Amino acid sequence: MTDAAFSAPVRRPFAMRHPSVLVFLTLLALFTLGVTVLSEAFGLGLISTSFVKTLGKTLCLCLAALAMDLVWGYTGILSLGHMAFFGLGGYAIGMWLMYARTEIIVTASLAAAPLPPTPEEIREGIATQIFGVVGASELPLVWSFAHALPVQLAFVVLVPGLLALVFGWLAFRSRVTGVYLSILTQAMTLALALYLFQNDSGLRGNNGLSGLQNIPGLEATGQDVLSVWFFWASALALGLGYLFCAWLVSGKFGNVIRAIRDDEARVRFLGYPVEAFKLAVFTLTAVLAGIAGALYYPQAGIINPAEIAPIASIYLAVWVAIGGRGQLYGAVIGAAFVSLVSTWFTGGQAPDLDLGAVTVRWVDWWTVLLGLSFVAVTLFAPKGIGGVIAALAERRAPDRHGQDLGPDAGALREKEAER
Amino acid sequence: MALLRLMALLLGVFGTSVAVEATEAPIQALLQEHGEIIAKSSRKTIAPAIDALAASGLGDARTVLEKWQAKELWLRKADGRFFFVAPHGDGLALIDIASGAEVGTAGKRELKQLKPNSGIRGMIGAALVQFQLRDPDPAERALALDAIARDAEASHLEVLRSVAPDESDPVLRARAERMQRLLTIRFDPDAASQVAAIESFRSDLGVDVRAALNPLLTTERRVAVEIPANANLAQRLTPGTDALPREAAVALLVEAGALPPPIDAETRKAVLVANIAGGVVGGVAVETLSTDAARQTAYDALAAAGLAEPAPGAAEINAALAAHVFFDAFLLQNPAVTAAAAAVLESIELTLALNQTADLALDALSLASIYFLAAIGLAITFGVMGVINMAHGEFIMMGAYTGYVVQLVVPDYTLSILLALPLAFAVTFGAGVAMERLVIRWLYHRPLETLLATFGISIALQQIAKNIFGTQARPLTSPDWLAGAWVINDVVSISYIRIAIFFLALVFLALLLVILNRTRLGLEVRAVTQNPRMAASMGINPDRINMLTFGLGSGIAGIAGVAIGLFAQVTSEIGQQYIVQSFMTVVVGGVGSIWGTLAGAALIGTLQKGIEWLNPSNTLAAQTYMILFIILFIQFRPKGIIALKGRAAEA
Amino acid sequence: MPRLTRSLTGLAAAAALATPALADCPIKVGVLHSLSGTMAISETTLKDTMLLLIDQQNAAGGLLGCEIEPVVVDPASDWPLFAEKARELLTVHEVDVIFGNWTSVSRKSVLPVIEELNGLLFYPVQYEGEESSKNVFYTGAAPNQQAIPATDYFLEELEVEKFALLGTDYVYPRTTNNILEAYLQDKGIAPDDIFVNYTPFGHSDWSKIVADVVALGADGKKVGVISTINGDANVGFYKELAAAGVSADDIPVVAFSVGEEELSGLDTSNLVGHLAAWNYFQSADTEINAGWVEAWKAKMGEDRVTNDPMEAHYIGFNMWVNAATAAGTTDVDAVRTAMYGQKFPNLTGGTAVMLPNHHLAKPVLIGEILEDGQFDIISQTEEVPGDAWTDFLPESAVLTSDWKDLGCGMYNTATETCVQIKSNY
Repeated sequence: MTDAAFSAPVRRPFAMRHPSVLVFLTLLALFTLGVTVLSEAFGLGLISTSFVKTLGKTLCLCLAALAMDLVWGYTGILSLGHMAFFGLGGYAIGMWLMYARTEIIVTASLAAAPLPPTPEEIREGIATQIFGVVGASELPLVWSFAHALPVQLAFVVLVPGLLALVFGWLAFRSRVTGVYLSILTQAMTLALALYLFQNDSGLRGNNGLSGLQNIPGLEATGQDVLSVWFFWASALALGLGYLFCAWLVSGKFGNVIRAIRDDEARVRFLGYPVEAFKLAVFTLTAVLAGIAGALYYPQAGIINPAEIAPIASIYLAVWVAIGGRGQLYGAVIGAAFVSLVSTWFTGGQAPDLDLGAVTVRWVDWWTVLLGLSFVAVTLFAPKGIGGVIAALAERRAPDRHGQDLGPDAGALREKEAER
Repeated sequence: MALLRLMALLLGVFGTSVAVEATEAPIQALLQEHGEIIAKSSRKTIAPAIDALAASGLGDARTVLEKWQAKELWLRKADGRFFFVAPHGDGLALIDIASGAEVGTAGKRELKQLKPNSGIRGMIGAALVQFQLRDPDPAERALALDAIARDAEASHLEVLRSVAPDESDPVLRARAERMQRLLTIRFDPDAASQVAAIESFRSDLGVDVRAALNPLLTTERRVAVEIPANANLAQRLTPGTDALPREAAVALLVEAGALPPPIDAETRKAVLVANIAGGVVGGVAVETLSTDAARQTAYDALAAAGLAEPAPGAAEINAALAAHVFFDAFLLQNPAVTAAAAAVLESIELTLALNQTADLALDALSLASIYFLAAIGLAITFGVMGVINMAHGEFIMMGAYTGYVVQLVVPDYTLSILLALPLAFAVTFGAGVAMERLVIRWLYHRPLETLLATFGISIALQQIAKNIFGTQARPLTSPDWLAGAWVINDVVSISYIRIAIFFLALVFLALLLVILNRTRLGLEVRAVTQNPRMAASMGINPDRINMLTFGLGSGIAGIAGVAIGLFAQVTSEIGQQYIVQSFMTVVVGGVGSIWGTLAGAALIGTLQKGIEWLNPSNTLAAQTYMILFIILFIQFRPKGIIALKGRAAEA
Repeated sequence: MPRLTRSLTGLAAAAALATPALADCPIKVGVLHSLSGTMAISETTLKDTMLLLIDQQNAAGGLLGCEIEPVVVDPASDWPLFAEKARELLTVHEVDVIFGNWTSVSRKSVLPVIEELNGLLFYPVQYEGEESSKNVFYTGAAPNQQAIPATDYFLEELEVEKFALLGTDYVYPRTTNNILEAYLQDKGIAPDDIFVNYTPFGHSDWSKIVADVVALGADGKKVGVISTINGDANVGFYKELAAAGVSADDIPVVAFSVGEEELSGLDTSNLVGHLAAWNYFQSADTEINAGWVEAWKAKMGEDRVTNDPMEAHYIGFNMWVNAATAAGTTDVDAVRTAMYGQKFPNLTGGTAVMLPNHHLAKPVLIGEILEDGQFDIISQTEEVPGDAWTDFLPESAVLTSDWKDLGCGMYNTATETCVQIKSNY
């Protein structure tokens, strides 16, 4: 991607200056159209509903990877906690989905009672339905707004955003950087996951929120149709997210954050408020991840604390690494490629590999292959899959300081290269 | 003997309709008489059978009881006769319980093994006490004391009093004497000797003492117009205080019949539903009854019309509260005994609290040493070399599995542990060196990449372990001399395994300090860490040093794995449980300092146990809050407890 | 043996070709058990059990003149993936029935999918109850078939007066402990005499908790531990218990999640006498069990053990085969109707019956741990009918489940209304 600083002073339209954005959006639109045409609900029925859901979820993961790329590939902050924000977005929307669905059931069953139900009775009925399973019958405080969709939608953005803002402010203010920050973000995810694991957290502990694929008010609509709707929504969110990220990194803001990645101290000496920039990126990407999560979990159907476990965030980083950091399309490619290949291998569809003496069953060996491929990518292809595309497009990163620095060398900072 | 037989015969005739042959051995006849309840084998009904056996005075009663207790008594399904058995080909040889002679054989399915549950076994044990306490074998007498400790009966007090003074073994004598005092507290009807026995336990920490004293102080919450003269008062309560909230006092009054029960929402609803007439209840239309207030209005209307019980008003409740006294009374009537028990318990209280703190401190120390052992390898690779090794946990796992494999080959537990420790070191040292050579050395300048690459290795190693060893937990058993616990008293104790781990941690602390500060290798390691180029120009080979350092850190992880496997489970995920904690230990302690890691482990261990103590019912919460604390701690002290200063800190 | 099986299978296939097919051949059976991730520990065994059962059935001539074909998928201990794989099994592979799941959360995850697509699921693990789905048959124990009898045993046979309820922090222990707390208070145990503790999965630092339990004995009441500790964590717990010298005679521990498989991970010499409650133990002394254990060992190896959820699949699968044979089709609704009242012999003796509330009537066994890692069965009840809604929590005491006559899984007997047809997930 060309740095805006080096571009001609004449302002051409944004899409013209960044043809890759145009290409990406076109491809995404074509893909969406293709899936719709092949789907069971709106077309030929060649793609099963479960696969449409898989594809829709993959698009949400791509959006999360985009956020990860922005915070890591562009700003150089290796956050191992962005799936926590993703999960929080899911919890926020999940609470409304569960509450509203249960409310319909409870109201229906109470309608037959001799006395019309009081609001307290309805609330109590809902609480028993939702929490009976974990042995409680009172609605915890965090569910205060679960009945109001607009509030919960606001929470999708606000909760991850606020958490990121507070956490980031504390961390960046103390100048926690590099691997320390990574470990700290990992600790944050772990603490959140452990907290949600407790029944006392009021979010149904290990069971989490389930049945999220049944959208209240849309009972009559089949899952085949809903899955396509959510697929469209996910594609739209990814498209808009991509456009937004591309716009962000193409301007001055993008230059500053890349400079922070390459040499934080110099940027600070130049008078930029480094911490504010980092905090802005951290919070913004947390919000993006939250939105992605809110779209993901109604398609997955269930959210529980295991989704927030530290390993999920590490996988996110790995997708971006494999796809190629510092290129937006790299992140998308990485997330889509790895998660779809994973699905294929663990689904048992991959044929066993007969090596004569031993038969490699992919269910057993896929994780080993995946792990070793991380090593291979970091060692031999730090530019990732995106790097291959860039090479094919015969474009090179600008030559700076005579060193192969920047995203193409794996976010290698100049200070590190001097050692 | 003939008389006894006659007695048994008579018992049999009177007891049941079982036809007793004249040649039947009396013990068999006795068992036959109680055959049904013995076969049923339930603690609730078994007592007559055991009592009859114990009181029969038959010479073989003890043997039968002992065999029965040991699940060695069998029942022939066909005729309900009891036998001992011995293995015989596919089936079993039947042995007559009276004569001990082999009287035939039977297939396993023709017989039923009597399996008294542990409750019944306890009762049999209690019945056996009278025989065992006078047994010449001290081991038998010890068994009898165990049985009394578990299932004491009033009759034991007599036996104990008669045999305790004659006990020749000093240890057993002390136990018997102590037991006798405990039983005096529980069963002696004489208050003076009870009080004397209670007093003798002043400041005694034993759980059995508190177990004997606490039941004496059982209280009952009562309400009355005035305190009865005969009540042994524990305390008087005022309604509306923390000890007795107003609602609880009202509930007591309702229970005592001094107040009519309050009307709750459910009752009110039921009354309303019952009084619906033509879509209207109490003058209110049914469809408007969707609020609490509307329902109350309707109910009040019903109450006014005499159709429902009126709820008690505030004035009525206040009057009732004022007219009654609330108090806790001891169930035990004798104030001298309760006062003595309370005083002695109070004397125990302070010592108990001190000892509980000591026990908690031992637990914390033990946890800290485990964290230290798990993290110290990381302190070297991460702290000294700056390499993020996410596969560190998997090195711990490799060590644990090495221990398991060694135990498969070498069945002697002591020898296998002694072999496993160096072998685990060797295996993980090798793995560490291989990893450093193949992967990490290419990434020294890219720490974040190291994180990803080693994470890849971590999940690959985990899956490989699953493929090789399966997903089931594997046993890693400690030798007998490490089994059990060091029991200081009934409150403070710690298992030997944990003590061993503590010492192992100390040894490694010392070893590392010596290696890093007193050896050529340590000097070179520190030189390479601080400035690799300068070190290289001084003739040090940084590649070699890096390789050795990494191998050392990994090797220690392997040894930690063996240690952890000894007290926890060996699975492919064992490393995962320690990796995040280990990183935090190193970061909290201060990167680059062995002492820092020690401080970090101590802090985290103490903190975790402290939070567990505050909230004993939720261990998960303790872990959550501990991590939150660490996050906050790092915000305010980003360099850890022991921060390196000067140039080394910049490297 | 394998060769024999194969030739028999061949014969059966030939027979199937010869006779007119009554259903779409082959009949597909979905197996939805995690083969990777944390739950693979337990679930892989059940996948192998299903494959063994299907092999045996095919050797015996298949079903409705068809061969049965297993469709194995791996939900990888990932709960959302369970829902996805269930949908895939039902819509892509079009299986006639699914045998699967272990954890409650995974069951809750697939419930909406199974109900939406009208599938059929057999769930083989002991669980917390408080659920009844039209499309699920619960062949594992409900609380009244495991927890309550075990607690009764504690109260009556061991005269325990003070209870420590230790569990892993997830739904099954939470709900079970809730039911038990209510039940114990019903039985006159004071709330102060019930100590509850929850630990994370895979917890290993047990010294303080064991010390806490020992300290409970200080008020002179007999202490008993009811453990719903899950999986691996038991290893550390029992090791600490043994190290602290806690004998089963002083403080008995009854576990609901510790079976033969879990014990194979540790040295049981110090645990002799501690208890477990199940509906099946490998040591059950019957002809039919001996045959089953032998078949399992022949397939999987001498050192493998059988356990309770395996028996649940054994009964569930055979009942399904019989119901499908009776209905003459594998159509879900027809099979479901034919399931009610199906009888099949238990491996432990006696007969299991499928009740209209989709639970089994099964005997409850209590076993003492032996030195060799097996259990000595010291108590075996008559068949206890499984109860979907516990009678010991006020909210669910009024609920009942009857899919045969009432056609409702959550029927309020007080108001005589069906609360909801779909299950609560």
